[in-house]
Amino acid sequence: MIHVVLPAHLRNVARIPADIALEIEGPVTQRSIIDALEAAYPPLRGTLRDYATQQRRPFIRFFAGMEDLSHESPDTPLPDAVASGREPFVVVGAVAGG
Amino acid sequence: MSRVRVLVGTRKGAFILESDGKRESWDIKGPFFAGWEIYHMKASPADPDRIYASQSTGWYGQLTQRSNDGGKTWEAVGNKFEYDGVPGTHQWYDGTPHPWEFKRVWHVEPSLDDPDTVYAGVEDAALFRTTDGGKSWEEISGLRKHGTGSRWAPGAGGMGLHTIILDPSDPKRMYIAISSAGAFRTDDGGESWKPINSGLISGFLPDPKAEVGHCVHHVAMHRQRPGVLFMQKHWDVMRSDDAGDNWHEISGNLPSDFGFPIDIHAHEPETVYVVPIKSDGEHFPPEGKLRVYRSRTGGNEWEPLEKGLPQSNCYVNVLRDAMSVDSLDDCGIYFGTTGGQVYASRNAGDSWEPIVRDLPAVLSIETQTLS
Repeated sequence: MIHVVLPAHLRNVARIPADIALEIEGPVTQRSIIDALEAAYPPLRGTLRDYATQQRRPFIRFFAGMEDLSHESPDTPLPDAVASGREPFVVVGAVAGG
Repeated sequence: MSRVRVLVGTRKGAFILESDGKRESWDIKGPFFAGWEIYHMKASPADPDRIYASQSTGWYGQLTQRSNDGGKTWEAVGNKFEYDGVPGTHQWYDGTPHPWEFKRVWHVEPSLDDPDTVYAGVEDAALFRTTDGGKSWEEISGLRKHGTGSRWAPGAGGMGLHTIILDPSDPKRMYIAISSAGAFRTDDGGESWKPINSGLISGFLPDPKAEVGHCVHHVAMHRQRPGVLFMQKHWDVMRSDDAGDNWHEISGNLPSDFGFPIDIHAHEPETVYVVPIKSDGEHFPPEGKLRVYRSRTGGNEWEPLEKGLPQSNCYVNVLRDAMSVDSLDDCGIYFGTTGGQVYASRNAGDSWEPIVRDLPAVLSIETQTLS
């Protein structure tokens, strides 16, 4: 199981706790995690990546450990610490606006 | 006894205000969807407890929410708004072609007779429809593809389809308005559309009488007289007596004919309300006095309604979808401000009281009269 931490706004939308566990089949990548998230929690569809472009929304960042992976390919395998479930895949909403 | 429910969309969530028919004491619920922009909420005329809400942020995009119990509980429904076919381009601010890009839902308009059918006006301007209670949305692309779409351009606030009016006397007739493309009408249920901007004059356009390009802010129609439309344009208050084919100005003695909302008394089709705003560069009331203006003559002759409204140092705005009326007798009028106040009048505008004063900036107001 891998662990995912979402920002509060999205936790409220999906009605889920801070840290959720997901079963991922095959390589653990940004894309496979988001696919699994959207399948498990349909209200999250379109909130992390744009429906039309499938690109990460600009005010969202993906972290693993202390590393910002936002600009990595969505198909790049994530670090072992995330794939093994020792560390969470963290989705962060930009600190911006009022 | 009748009850009134006021649906308030704000910059940071939704609120529901409820009162009995006396409209003296209000129960305020919310915020729902705290932290999200609620551009608009509206209930189904066919099922008053079915409410739809447009929920969005710049961070996480667009969601739509549905309540089946009058706003007590909500469920997120479909949020996939995909343009039909190759989206093509519209004009950008500099006149160059720019691809259509979905940004948000500005307005939701439930069908008059089917709780599961809802129209959504979106930015970049297009009209969508659901027939399954919001689970899926399909573009009514005849509007965007009727021929003038490539000439539409955004105003400073974006290119939003903000007004949807369903004709109660003709299920195939619908009016919509776009900033800043103008007003359009279909007479065949959305298959074909035509611009209805004849008579509008917009000084900022190279051709002030152009077929499209007018910055229409809002349009209102009285249910008992569907062929008569009232419009608040960027500048000018306008009227059409032939379903939008021709417009004439009715600004008359208004202190400013710039503004955003326009609405009509529930029982008097010739009684119209606007909120004059000083100018497009200064989005606040003239002289710092918040005044609703009422015409009982269908335009041209306007009277200020100021009793109970701040008459000094008031610099709020009232946005296009932030005024609504109930259908009680006397007619109740409601509007919200960018300062977070929701004002109500129980006597058709003669006097006003705030229902609530310190909400986030109000984006929209819709009113339900419940039996």
